Amino acid sequence: MTPLVALTDAWVRRGDRPVLEAASLSVAAGEVVGVVGANGAGKTTLLRAALGLAHLAAGRAELQGRDVRSLSEPERAARAAYLPQERRAGWNMAAWRIVSLGAFTSPPAEARRRAAGALARVGLSALADRGVLDMSGGERARVLIARLLATRAPLLVADEPAAGLDPDAQLLALELFREEAQRGAGVLLTLHDLGLAARFCDRLAVLHAGRIVAEGPPREALSPQVLAQAFGLDGGLQDTPAGPVLAARRPS
Amino acid sequence: MTTARLNLLLLVAVAVVGAAGLLLGETALSGGQLALGLAHPASPPGEVLWAIRAPRTAAALVVGAALGLAGAVMQGLLRNPLADPGVLGVSGGAGLGAALAISLGLAGLPGAIEGSALAAALVTGAALTLLAARFREPETLILFGVALSAFAGALTSLVFNFSPSPVTLAEVFAWLLGSVANRDWSDIARELPALTVGVGLCAYASRGLVMLTLGDETAALSGLPMTRLRAAAVAGASLLTGASVAMAGIVGFVGLAAPHLVRAGAGGDPGRVLLPSALAGAALLAAADLAARVIPTDLELKLGVVTALFGAPLFALIAWRAARSWRT
Repeated sequence: MTPLVALTDAWVRRGDRPVLEAASLSVAAGEVVGVVGANGAGKTTLLRAALGLAHLAAGRAELQGRDVRSLSEPERAARAAYLPQERRAGWNMAAWRIVSLGAFTSPPAEARRRAAGALARVGLSALADRGVLDMSGGERARVLIARLLATRAPLLVADEPAAGLDPDAQLLALELFREEAQRGAGVLLTLHDLGLAARFCDRLAVLHAGRIVAEGPPREALSPQVLAQAFGLDGGLQDTPAGPVLAARRPS
Repeated sequence: MTTARLNLLLLVAVAVVGAAGLLLGETALSGGQLALGLAHPASPPGEVLWAIRAPRTAAALVVGAALGLAGAVMQGLLRNPLADPGVLGVSGGAGLGAALAISLGLAGLPGAIEGSALAAALVTGAALTLLAARFREPETLILFGVALSAFAGALTSLVFNFSPSPVTLAEVFAWLLGSVANRDWSDIARELPALTVGVGLCAYASRGLVMLTLGDETAALSGLPMTRLRAAAVAGASLLTGASVAMAGIVGFVGLAAPHLVRAGAGGDPGRVLLPSALAGAALLAAADLAARVIPTDLELKLGVVTALFGAPLFALIAWRAARSWRT
């Protein structure tokens, strides 16, 4: 089956410096794939490269088998939707209006219905009419997750969707992405919390200095060797009744 | 308040200010004279009403609406509440065109100053449109705009520098201060094509402005043709601004303040704010022109002076109240 997104031997440069080197990664329908790595490892660049937002110095980025550069804007939007790391909202629009932008091609009544549904899923129905700039950062982040869900795109790409959320909302957000995978969507996300990444992702790609140094099921990808190489940490994943957690410390 | 009610309210304001523009002026007319003038355009009071006051009021309304709309489009496009129609240098370009025409002694030719101003605005606007299609980040466009604006300003100073006589200099200066006095219907008709195309482009761009609320990259992946929509926004706002400067000189503050006056009523939505901004701009500028006419001074106040004089404190007040909603 053609993957929803496939990055093949992709290179991205900033000036002379490569920020992504020979990266290959794909996401199939029904799969949640996480990208982890230290600050500056190239996680956001990888997502942007996959979506055609970053210029590839070499390699290919394909959405459903088509080169991302050859896609028109509507074609690209029909294949993937994106939640950037920066939680931007330029103006103080009501939450439901922001979320309904995810379904702007639908008739207004349908868009509003989908917005209400997505807001309910992130637990913000009560704040539907509140201006997004009158909200806390975490609430606004949830509104933008709802906007992503409202697109119902076959591939959801989210950069640090758990950042700024309280523990309950983090779990909720990741459960929602799992639900999306169950309905047949592909999910590609970056995460800093390695425990959450191990628990909710089918596969992980570990980035270190622009290179994917490990890729596979979480337990294999986050081996003690990889943790030491990519994060400089001493330790590993440990099982708990709630799921795996990271037990690690900085080497003395 | 719904956007529909806001628009209705603003429409009433436009009608009231427009009617006042017809009824009030330097020449006081009695009730009987007004009735005579309204019924018989050829009578002496009719001349005052229909040949002097009506086109002047109409020009103020049209210029105000164009600047209000252009300001709202610029603020939406650049996601910057401080943007105004002149922020990218179009006003400066148009002003340079006018200054050039005046100093070359073309002021006597009907439509020469206006045509030169509009042509210069179009050149500036075309350059900006290309830049807007090329660069996604608003910061880049603002920087280019600042550079263009400064360059146009320098060239205008150069025109002053080489100006043959102080009279010409005073003429250029008076023109740049902005006014809709002594405008006739043909002055308005001349700018109508540019204004119509400008309004059409801005209406087309409005969906893109709404999507830009989420940032450039989300908008780029929304499915909207953002490159085209950004170019349309810049081209539309440039046409409106250029035509306004051609018709009335450089009139500040209206394009900056009008969107802020109505933004809360339009739910913060940068697309829905367009129509109310145009209506608010029309009412504001016609009111400012009315003030310029009825405030007794030896020399009539220039429109650009009045808008800045009343607009700046008013704007400070709006900014104070709105500061909360801008905060991110």
